[in-house]
Amino acid sequence: MLLGPSGSGKTTTLKLINNLLPASAGQVRVEGRALAEWDVIQLRRHIGYAIQEGGLFPHYTVWKNVALVPRLENWDAKRVAARVDEVMNMVGLPPGEFAQRYPAQISGGQRQRVGLARALAADPPILLMDEPFGALDPLTRSELQKEFKHLQQRLNKTVVFVTHDVSEALLLGDRIVVMDSGRIEGIYLPKEFLASPDAGVKPYVDAVRTTAQLLQS
Amino acid sequence: MKDFFINHRHEILTLTAEHLWLVGTAMLLAIAIGIPLGIFLTRHPAWKNLVLRSNGVIQTVPVLALFGLLLPAPWLGARADRLAITALTLYALLPIIQNTFEGIAGVDAPVREAAIAMGLTGRQLLWQVELPLASNVIVAGIRVSTVLTVGLATIAAAIGAGGLGEFIFAAFPWWITT
Repeated sequence: MLLGPSGSGKTTTLKLINNLLPASAGQVRVEGRALAEWDVIQLRRHIGYAIQEGGLFPHYTVWKNVALVPRLENWDAKRVAARVDEVMNMVGLPPGEFAQRYPAQISGGQRQRVGLARALAADPPILLMDEPFGALDPLTRSELQKEFKHLQQRLNKTVVFVTHDVSEALLLGDRIVVMDSGRIEGIYLPKEFLASPDAGVKPYVDAVRTTAQLLQS
Repeated sequence: MKDFFINHRHEILTLTAEHLWLVGTAMLLAIAIGIPLGIFLTRHPAWKNLVLRSNGVIQTVPVLALFGLLLPAPWLGARADRLAITALTLYALLPIIQNTFEGIAGVDAPVREAAIAMGLTGRQLLWQVELPLASNVIVAGIRVSTVLTVGLATIAAAIGAGGLGEFIFAAFPWWITT
């Protein structure tokens, strides 16, 4: 969980991992190998990527969007079809109803599910998610967060997740990385985070507490 | 008016065929050059101003003057239709290059970014994402170009390349002498 205000470098950090941006200094290692040792196309197909609003291809049906990476990887047609059905069910989109629709014909929450299904399709061991639930209404967001938490427990993948929403970080994160002005301020377990006296963390915790108190009163 | 079409039907057919040949060939050449050039510009934007501006300069040269300018060129100047097709191609290029560039540049940034992040190669990005999404804009450019060329091609008659412009030029002496 990368947590921090806008412009703190969360998205940049994410893009360094799949080499969308080159590192200006230092070295990025994925699975212990420096990026220079990876074939960049192989690296990216090894890493699922989900962003706000999905970034779906508007000229592809939901099915083709989800099938993208498996087809790039030349899976045979049967295996692609089976896998697309499987991940679409996994994210709560019955293929019979949604497979042939275009992104413009479904809701924002459904697009987000498609984006997640696309990221999961080739079963990559690593997932990068950049505020995937950011543009959704609060009800849909909390529903998707819950579902994603269950998925995460089942799938057991390495997930790097960018958010500026503290409760999302607490709900979904195993570790919370607090960033500010391009630097890591600290790395915390959710419990440590809540109890931390650090100046970089306290405002977040106070903000969550204030909301919680308002709700109780 | 009706008599004109009946009496001149053979001439009309021949000249229309000539006209179509001039326009069709010029358009095919302009598409074959313009689309790849537009794609090139999206990959190397430093060239954009040079290419679009020099093409803009060509557009400002009157078509008769351009025929004159091209006349001394070795292979081109030898036949009127070659000359006409070359000039028409040069005029037809700009909207095609420009729309190809704008169409591809107009693809949503998150869509392009997602495509790259999913591991599409440069070629896959172009053929599976950029060209399909830019196709409306590119086709619009080709359409504008075609309309322009159909009109311009009438002037090819002035240098003896034929086409429906023959009728226009044939009419001048008649107006002047009566």
